[in-house]
Amino acid sequence: MMLSIKSVAKNFGGVKAVNKCSFDIEENKITALIGPNGAGKTTLFNIISGLIGIDKGTIKLQNENITNLQPHKIANLGISRTFQLTKVFRNMSIKDNMLLAKHTSEEEIKKILDSVYLHKPLDTFASELSYGQQRLLEIARALLMPHSLLMLDEPTAGVNPKIRQELKLILKNLKKEGKTVLLIEHDMDFVMSVSDTIVVLNQGRVLKIGNPKQVVKDKKVLEAYLGK
Amino acid sequence: MYIILVVSLNLSMGFTGLINLGHLAFWGVGAYTSALLTLNGVPWYFAMLAAGIVAAFFGFILALPTSKIKGDYLAIVSLGLVFIMDSVVRNWTSLTRGALGLPGIPRITSSSINFLVFSFILAAVVYFFAYKLVSSKHGKIMQAVRDDETAAKVLGKNTQLYKIMSLVISTFMAGIAGSLFAHYITFIDPTIFSPDILIIVLSMLIVGGLASLNGAVFGAIIVLALSELPRIIIVVPALIGPIRDMTFALLVLIVLIYKPRGLFGKVDL
Ligand SMILES: Nc1ncnc2c1ncn2[C@@H]1O[C@H](COP(=O)(O)OP(=O)(O)O)[C@@H](O)[C@H]1O
Ligand SMILES: [Mg+2]
Repeated sequence: MMLSIKSVAKNFGGVKAVNKCSFDIEENKITALIGPNGAGKTTLFNIISGLIGIDKGTIKLQNENITNLQPHKIANLGISRTFQLTKVFRNMSIKDNMLLAKHTSEEEIKKILDSVYLHKPLDTFASELSYGQQRLLEIARALLMPHSLLMLDEPTAGVNPKIRQELKLILKNLKKEGKTVLLIEHDMDFVMSVSDTIVVLNQGRVLKIGNPKQVVKDKKVLEAYLGK
Repeated sequence: MYIILVVSLNLSMGFTGLINLGHLAFWGVGAYTSALLTLNGVPWYFAMLAAGIVAAFFGFILALPTSKIKGDYLAIVSLGLVFIMDSVVRNWTSLTRGALGLPGIPRITSSSINFLVFSFILAAVVYFFAYKLVSSKHGKIMQAVRDDETAAKVLGKNTQLYKIMSLVISTFMAGIAGSLFAHYITFIDPTIFSPDILIIVLSMLIVGGLASLNGAVFGAIIVLALSELPRIIIVVPALIGPIRDMTFALLVLIVLIYKPRGLFGKVDL
């Protein structure tokens, strides 16, 4: 098991953002986390990466307890991620952005940038890139950082159709390579085509876990989506 | 001396994004440490080093609680530190002679030309060190913390440690600058904690631009030159002060309007 989440709970004031969530992420599989807006998906990402502390529950990465560890320690244990709102170092070049993930050669940096279809000179400042290109840079940076689990928070949100298409290709390639990925995504066709397991979240609770076929047929899932 | 102060402030503020309005407190601490030590017979080079260390120690104390919270709070806490230092120095009369000040601080060199050369060399050393730091791997991480602390965290960087480090280094330099100042004017009193100097240093930083070492140096030179100008061309002494302040305000405004990042600046605040 790559990641194991047990009865995790987090309240913001009165809001139960995450309410006794339990699920596992298997190695070499793409797991999608879906659910309506406000379901608690991003909060769960922040909990896993240690940016938000939890009230209850445990999180284990490859059997090591990482519950409430500091974010940089969790990152160094092998969790790499991107954000719903892209976080690149704006006042730094593409190369420096990448070097912060791992001290490595220009060849390796270029190889990864090629794999995400970002073809820009290495000394371009991140602030000069379009939003979609910043997304690609952020994903490249997350890929370069040594990791065993990659988490992507809505990679296709707010990007143009061309980059959206490229992002789908990137994920299909990651699937081919046998990477372990946890993906938050709203585009259902995309989720259906790329994921091995789908976890449906609603109002902070796990509503359904299953493969794509099982999930689309589930009544509760349909209600949660259509009811909103 | 101003160059050291501005370069060091730029290290913490421009490069790590820590808004340290209390920078002045550390240079004051440096000035007093060095003055008290040399007045009690300690050689100046030890006193200067001690000034840096004591200032850095205070920087460390400030960094511990504030590194967990966001920049704006640091600005307020550090500004508070200036007032605390001011009142400590005023009231701890047995040590500092309070408002009477400390006269007769020994000079480092006999001639002022030698002192100028010495300050220049010291500023060059500080500049060189800051340059090395900023272009190093650790310097890059400090800049990453400034741009996006959360992103730096999930890339496995201990951002809190880097914020503390940046404050300690920058306050060490401020302490050295304070020591230099004390040995230059040979008399210090609590007015060195007055906001005037802070305003001068901040204008140097804004004019020169954040996150640019060259900017820090040029900002210091331009603002200093401008501050001496009224003294030369205006005959009525009472007018010198206000006119100088107006010149600063005007200069900062013009720079902010035409070059919002400062003449050499690389980042927005
Ligand atoms: N920092 C926060 N403080 C208070 N409430 C929050 C915070 N972050 C998220 N929430 C609340 O938690 C719930 C889940 O939000 P989120 O995890 O962003 O949902 P999703 O990513 O599934 O759209 C929402 O009701 C949101 O308003
Ligand atoms: Mg979200």
